[in-house]
Amino acid sequence: MNNLGKYLAVKKEKLILRSLTFFYIGILIIFPIIALIFEAFQGGVHSLWQNIFSPQALYALRLTFFTALIMVVINVISGTATAWVMVRYNFPLKNIINSLIDLPFAIPTVVTGIMLVSLYGPNSVVGAFLGKRGIEIMFAKPGIILAILYVTFPFVVRTVQPVLMEMDPDMEEAAKTLGASSPMTFLRVTVPTLLPAILTGAALSFSRAMGEFGSIAIVAGNIPFKTQVASVYIYGELESYNQQGALGLSVVLLFCSFFVLVFLNLLQIWSRRHEKKQ
Amino acid sequence: MKKSNDKIQLVRQSNGIGKYVLIGLVLSWFVVLTMLPVLGIIRETFKSGWQIFVSSLSDSASRHAFMLTFWITLGTIIVNTIFGIVLAVVLVKDHFRGKLLFEGLVDLPFAVSPVVAGFMFIILFGPNGWIGNWFEARQLKIVYAFPGMLVATLFVTLPFVAREVIPVLKEFGLHQEEAAYILGASKWQTFWKVTMPSIKWGLAYGVTLTIARSIGEFGAVLVVSGSIINKTQTATLHIHQEFTDFNYAGAFSAAVVLALISFIILTTMQCVYRRKEVG
Repeated sequence: MNNLGKYLAVKKEKLILRSLTFFYIGILIIFPIIALIFEAFQGGVHSLWQNIFSPQALYALRLTFFTALIMVVINVISGTATAWVMVRYNFPLKNIINSLIDLPFAIPTVVTGIMLVSLYGPNSVVGAFLGKRGIEIMFAKPGIILAILYVTFPFVVRTVQPVLMEMDPDMEEAAKTLGASSPMTFLRVTVPTLLPAILTGAALSFSRAMGEFGSIAIVAGNIPFKTQVASVYIYGELESYNQQGALGLSVVLLFCSFFVLVFLNLLQIWSRRHEKKQ
Repeated sequence: MKKSNDKIQLVRQSNGIGKYVLIGLVLSWFVVLTMLPVLGIIRETFKSGWQIFVSSLSDSASRHAFMLTFWITLGTIIVNTIFGIVLAVVLVKDHFRGKLLFEGLVDLPFAVSPVVAGFMFIILFGPNGWIGNWFEARQLKIVYAFPGMLVATLFVTLPFVAREVIPVLKEFGLHQEEAAYILGASKWQTFWKVTMPSIKWGLAYGVTLTIARSIGEFGAVLVVSGSIINKTQTATLHIHQEFTDFNYAGAFSAAVVLALISFIILTTMQCVYRRKEVG
């Protein structure tokens, strides 16, 4: 009897916790997503399709995708190099610099935008210097790339760093002893070990860049067919009370986030298997 | 540890020049990309003295905006800490069908564009929205008001606490809690005396991340709030407003203050992180 009472008490408590969680996730995540997808497909697939493939929306989507791609390439190289330098070498002020790497995560994206304007804007020293040589950064595509490079800077560094720290130097040493050159060792031994971490960092920064809004809105503005990225396009449509127009790209960005999450989970499974093999 | 360090030295000794070139390249990229803009904004803000800085921060719109950011952050900390812990406990200890998918959904706010997040809440809570309708009939405003802004901030910061507490809870296991329970402690006593002390640094780290994100959130709050001056304008929205009004001095000044706050949070974050790692 006593046991049954205890069992029921545990059961009840479990039920309360579970319903609280379902309520919380339901109202904040599941329900809003369903609402968005439902609204988007309500007018039929055809009108949604037209929405996404309108010239302006399509341009915004392509601009977002290609700037994100360029950023990922740069970030993979610079991030891996930064992690490598932080783990393998010692130099003065290393601890302070290591702490400052997270700064872009802590700084609000709008502030990032303002900081970039203060440095590269037409009225500043650097901006005026580059402007005279015909290099536009503000309200132009380089500004977008600069902004997303800034906000995603820590991702690759912070995913690669721990793996590099745990990596056994024995393997690299063995490769060298067997006569492999330094670049050869790096490409054939180091890179494959770091690959899951590098891909994770790349996917995280790609997803962040696809959705980035604050810094781009400030730095690049909202010029259709020039600097208008997907999130800024959506905001513009909402601001002019055209919810219908905002639905298309919102759904595309939402599915893009789903894909990235699935990709990240697959990566994790893959790298765990990899670890077990070793 | 010492031994493996020696090994690293051995591996690296062979290319001395390459080492310095690489360090130089990495540091210059880091300084140019992330540090120069910080110097840029400090220079632009204070190039004509402190006066503009002080006066643009003391105007009523600016003060109101910073206060609103404070209240939203406070509300977010309270709600997301409580629900974050509950979520972590359920995800670690409970089992139900579809749990993996459910767990995956928890990470979604990290991947979704803030503008899309704001839009979702307009569809749901807007005056003509699915749930908004019901509230509207009862004269309760969600969107373009404080509740909507809080909900948007709750969404973007949702995973932080749970993601930090889950690994600690998993590692900690059930044994100590079961022992306390068998020895006659009530559920609440067990939670406060046994579970809480073990998760506290993970929790503190999650809360610090939540604070940083709440203060800095822009896109989602902008869409949901309508950015009405002296009403629904947070600090980040105020900066955006000043910038679009070509009042650069005001934008720069407020941005410097937010940058300083984030720097303080970052420092706290790293102190907490170190404590967390020590255990």
